[in-house]
Amino acid sequence: MSAVIIARHGRTPAERFKDAAWVAFVALLLGIPMVGLTTVDEGGALTVQTRFGMLGIFVGVSFAGRFVFRWIMDQVRGRRAAKPAVAKLDRTPLAIKTIGWAVLGASIALPIMFSENRYVIDTATTVLIYVMLGWGLNVVVGLAGLLDLGYVAFYAVGAYTYALLFSHFGWTFWEALPVAGAMAATFGILLGYPILRLRGDYLAIVTLGFGEIIRVILVNWTELSNGPNGIGSIPRPTLLGLPFERNPAEGTQSFASFFGLDFSGMHRIIFLYYLILVLALLTNVFVSRLRKLPVGRAWEALREDEIACKAMGMNVTNVKLSAFAIGAMLGGFAGVFFAARQGFISPESFTFTESATILAIVVLGGMGSQLGVVLAALVLVLLPELGRNFSEYRMLMFGTAMVLIMVWKPSGLLASREPTIRLNKALAMDNKAAGLGGQA
Amino acid sequence: MAYALQQLINGLTLGAVYGLIAIGYTMVYGIIGMINFAHGDIFMVSAFIAVTAFTLLAAFDITSLPLAITAVLITAIFFTSAYGWAVERMAYRPLRGSTRLAPLISAIGMSIFLQNMVQLTQGARVKPIPPVLEGGIEIWQSGGFTVQISWTQIMIVLVTIVLMVAFTYLITQTAFGRQQRACEQDSTMTALLGINVDRTISATFMLGAALAAVAGVMVTVYYGVVDFFIGFVAGIKAFTAAVLGGIGSLPGAMLGGLIIGLIEAFWAAYLSPEYKDVATFAILILVLMFRPSGLLGRPEVEKV
Repeated sequence: MSAVIIARHGRTPAERFKDAAWVAFVALLLGIPMVGLTTVDEGGALTVQTRFGMLGIFVGVSFAGRFVFRWIMDQVRGRRAAKPAVAKLDRTPLAIKTIGWAVLGASIALPIMFSENRYVIDTATTVLIYVMLGWGLNVVVGLAGLLDLGYVAFYAVGAYTYALLFSHFGWTFWEALPVAGAMAATFGILLGYPILRLRGDYLAIVTLGFGEIIRVILVNWTELSNGPNGIGSIPRPTLLGLPFERNPAEGTQSFASFFGLDFSGMHRIIFLYYLILVLALLTNVFVSRLRKLPVGRAWEALREDEIACKAMGMNVTNVKLSAFAIGAMLGGFAGVFFAARQGFISPESFTFTESATILAIVVLGGMGSQLGVVLAALVLVLLPELGRNFSEYRMLMFGTAMVLIMVWKPSGLLASREPTIRLNKALAMDNKAAGLGGQA
Repeated sequence: MAYALQQLINGLTLGAVYGLIAIGYTMVYGIIGMINFAHGDIFMVSAFIAVTAFTLLAAFDITSLPLAITAVLITAIFFTSAYGWAVERMAYRPLRGSTRLAPLISAIGMSIFLQNMVQLTQGARVKPIPPVLEGGIEIWQSGGFTVQISWTQIMIVLVTIVLMVAFTYLITQTAFGRQQRACEQDSTMTALLGINVDRTISATFMLGAALAAVAGVMVTVYYGVVDFFIGFVAGIKAFTAAVLGGIGSLPGAMLGGLIIGLIEAFWAAYLSPEYKDVATFAILILVLMFRPSGLLGRPEVEKV
């Protein structure tokens, strides 16, 4: 893309006014058919209703918003120009590590601080599910550089595997967990195999299609999945065989009675929270270890340059399939947890929006950055949650946030596309200077 | 036999609509190399504009059919192009030159935004409009089954053909088409030659949106109902069509659209309507296994 540099000068008020007026004009154009006019059903036939007041407000807000925004931007820019040495946020690995440990500490302490607040812990559990999914997808997208728009399929496979193993064979959470992971990994290879030769956007549509295929099958194959009605009464996980129930079955003990505590519904909530925390942390450790193994290095090499990988004699097939399988397995684990936590699953939970959310978490976090995924999951789950009181705006805010964050920080909140390892800093610099630095 | 013929007609109509939407995907992909995920929702916006416009016309007692349809088409094209322009300007232009995934995510965000915006401002319920164009020609009768082409179907196919011809002319013969193809090949070089790349890209988005607008009006007339979720399904199908035909190739998009439309019609008629989406995607995967860059796509030659 061309790098055209336009000299920026401070805008005069007239220019600012003109700019805002143009925005207001566009807002008017966009607003007329959607805000200004609407159709309502009156006695079986549609009639048109006008809302010119609302349209006026919309245009006015656009005008004022643009005017103020530009003004602030100019101020900021002016200040930056006056003081060129802006203290940059310290992004050294040490700082990131510190933040990482701080986040970990906070997440361990959270249930202690909010031990009576079910809502907080539930929301935190949701965040952690997305963190785990994000870390799983990070293997495929962030490390191996394979665009996957159907990740939710593996999440669904994990969840349904547990639900079916329970309802047919009475398996418990802990028995089903490894099987579901293996099942999801199998599906990952199943998907990965036919699309080895595809790249970029062809890959995107095929993975998207795969996700849809799984969902459509779950909706329509009622003998297997009970269709849109879903599968219910899936048991919660136990702590070493101790269930979290008020009245455990005859001859067994519940968590509360074993430890001599008064029964509280919060025990289970907090247990589930810690369980997903442990699962997510295991995922993190697992993935960070893998990154240091040959297979992890191979993924990163594949992301940077596939042809170079082939030239170096790497088996690209195995590298791709392993990325798909491991990413899928982690998604499957998260799915089992999801099924156990909800107690009820239906194809509704596994739509494309979920895939898009998980992918957005990975990309917004900064591809390949583990901590970035946590930040992005926090933002994307909590932001709509803030608008809970006017819930119809939730998804609207979600979409807006995705666009705004991306425009604000195109390489993600914490960009770390740096390869994990460098041979030699000086050598790498030389290569870059000579134009050999592999930029995809 | 008669039944099959009827399905062929239905499939071709559906395919024409998919093809129109697919061209929008393929052009945008060709020029800036990104999947415009919001394109399906642009189509949906146009369908809603069409509903409003038809209702308005009915309120003003404009009953002349050609006049009404032309008026609705022009309105829909005008406003929908504005949407196409705005989406590009807000969500994609700031991300020009960044990573490949950044515009994809903002496109998905835009798609979610548009869907919910329409749901909020226009209501979540299905909007039915009274039939615009009724009747058709019975072309064949056998064994108690009448093969019929409705006027709407004829209109859809005719409009699609006219647009395809006009469009091919625009891209291959006019100055704008040359600029557009030049930007596709090398936008830096094009900019150096004094062509306004930003403006060309904006125009491409507006053209894509205009075709989606036509598709939106046609679908509104054809099915008579519209809701805020139609953009997602149609968008995915059209995108599949674009990829199947070879993304970046205009005839490929049309061919892909026809194939997807036919598969869907025949699968739903003879095998199972529930699994028609599975069939579509399965065929896509199969084709891509053997032709990784689509049916008419140029194989991507990667240079080191």
